Amino acid sequence: MMTAVPISWFLTLSAILFALGVAGFLFRRNIITVFMSIELMLNAVNLSFVTFSYQHKEVAGHLFTFFVMVVAAAEAAVGLAIILTVFKNRSTLNIDDVNSMKN
Amino acid sequence: MDVILFLIFALIAVVCAINVVVQTHPISSALSLVGVMGSLAILYLLLGAEFIAAAQVIVYAGAIMVLFVFVIMLLNAGAETKKGRSYLIPGAPLLVVFLGLTAYYVQRLFPANTMVTFGGFTKGGPREIGEALFTTYLLPFEVTSVLILVAIVGAIVLARKEIE
Amino acid sequence: MELLDSFIVISLIKAAVIFGVLMTTLAYLQWVERKVIAHVQVRPGPYRVGPHGLLQPLADVIKLITKEDLVPPYVNKLPYLAAPFLAITMALLSISVIPFGPEITVGPVKTFMQMTDLNIGVLFILAASSMGVYGIALAGWASNNKYSLIGGLRSSAQMISYELPMSLAIAAPLLISNTLSLRNLVEAQSGSILNWNILGGGQIVSFIIFIIAAFAETNRVPFDLPEAENELVAGFHTEYSSMKFASFFMAEYANMITVSAMATLLFLGGWKAPWSAEYGSSLVPAAIFGIAAAVLFYHGANAHRKRDKLTFPAFGAIFVVIAAIFLLPMVQGWLLPLFWFSAKTGGILFLFMWIRATLPRFRYDQLMGFTWKFLFPVAMLNLLVTAFLVAWFAK
Repeated sequence: MMTAVPISWFLTLSAILFALGVAGFLFRRNIITVFMSIELMLNAVNLSFVTFSYQHKEVAGHLFTFFVMVVAAAEAAVGLAIILTVFKNRSTLNIDDVNSMKN
Repeated sequence: MDVILFLIFALIAVVCAINVVVQTHPISSALSLVGVMGSLAILYLLLGAEFIAAAQVIVYAGAIMVLFVFVIMLLNAGAETKKGRSYLIPGAPLLVVFLGLTAYYVQRLFPANTMVTFGGFTKGGPREIGEALFTTYLLPFEVTSVLILVAIVGAIVLARKEIE
Repeated sequence: MELLDSFIVISLIKAAVIFGVLMTTLAYLQWVERKVIAHVQVRPGPYRVGPHGLLQPLADVIKLITKEDLVPPYVNKLPYLAAPFLAITMALLSISVIPFGPEITVGPVKTFMQMTDLNIGVLFILAASSMGVYGIALAGWASNNKYSLIGGLRSSAQMISYELPMSLAIAAPLLISNTLSLRNLVEAQSGSILNWNILGGGQIVSFIIFIIAAFAETNRVPFDLPEAENELVAGFHTEYSSMKFASFFMAEYANMITVSAMATLLFLGGWKAPWSAEYGSSLVPAAIFGIAAAVLFYHGANAHRKRDKLTFPAFGAIFVVIAAIFLLPMVQGWLLPLFWFSAKTGGILFLFMWIRATLPRFRYDQLMGFTWKFLFPVAMLNLLVTAFLVAWFAK
């Protein structure tokens, strides 16, 4: 019976989540889902930051995670505003249909 | 105990993450993403990152994802209509192979000499984070506040009604 | 291993006690609210079931359980069923970190009157309450009904907007008390009423902001736009019936209790008496119940109606017994803190009901304009001034 978790398990989980995020980013066509896949990737990276923080017994990784969260919040605000504008002008959320600079 | 906790929440995270990618309706994806974030918050607690775990739930799950859900509800976005499921046939096995390779390399790069136990790292409380944030990382902190301001202005300009 | 066992056992007992008390309180809070509103509007309120309608909550529970549990055919099943569950879970979750009193000794065990004390207790409550939005937003979306959808949209926008002034208002007393643990927060305010954050810390502005934001967070009048019945039928819970409806109802009242308890802990000194026991604060509860009993005996003796001749003295006798219990030295250790905590929380809950009976509803643009153009800047300014003062006096 193991009593502790190897650090590599956390990193593996982080890699899996990141890969799933990339897959969603590449394959999904709904602009909101694509955006959510980016958030998934950011979360995966955050997990590795916190894990490295544990490994080195340093608080720096937590602060990076904190900054990533702040940036993600800013990104969500602007990104969702862009999505709203796109939907207002083209009435579609499919990124394949948003392919011309002019209407 | 720690191993069981890790396995349960890692499993929830992975299943929810797969759900984010394969669900056709954006609101199901959004809820699955909230599930991923919640289980990651538990894993942060396991790693001794109390403040980050709380911030994860408050900022990510409680604010950013609510904004997503709000926009999905506002636009009344339906399920993806174009059938795009064919990618799963070559994609799923390739993804599994890729993940296997990644896991293998991570295991090789980080030999299991560092073990994670609950309580093995206790400097993740709000006091320590605050001290580091306002001394060592003061400049990045101030820069992010400017970034937030820019984002607010940008979002308002983008989403405002056109005045003729 | 013995320590772990006893910890788990004690925690389970505490959880069971808190859950039982909380559920009874939730049921009776609704009765109290109906009574208060009724008396504000000069009518008797619930009166039929039991003396003075005291068994009305029981009748309501039986009614809600035996009602037909309807699931409309056009809803999105999974989110529709998950939403009430989510709402009630998140509402009850935050109760687990709220301390009701100091350390007490029950037989051989010394324990705190609190499920668990986290060093991020305040953040935990914020997190749980921010997750509560999903219950309402999902209910509105999954019902597949335009009124529900508008209710859900309004509620998510409103809760995100009012969370900002609320967090800023919470941050100011935290700066003064210099802790995030709810237990230490109360200990920092011990002494007398002059040490409470609302007076000693000069946090009256953040207290008012917190209360206003709390009204919006719990979707109460005058901010109850998500369920504005004259424009949205019943808002987000239009399509819900039976126990699923009751879950939303209980979640709303549990949230009310949580924010009232938070206001008590943050600003009003938690379970501490307003002045110290050497000046007789320990006699206050006995005196209050004694006076109440005397009033009841007097009115029972001069009653106009026949049944009042029996019910008033009966309640009077109960109050005398309660007053006597408060004077017993062996229970004072835990009963007095509990009394002060309940009194303060109950006072704020009364404020909720009073305002519901008095104020009209805001318009939606007024609601949003109020928080972004007035409440948020004031909260920001208040935090800034508090931070400067704390830094000034810390030198």
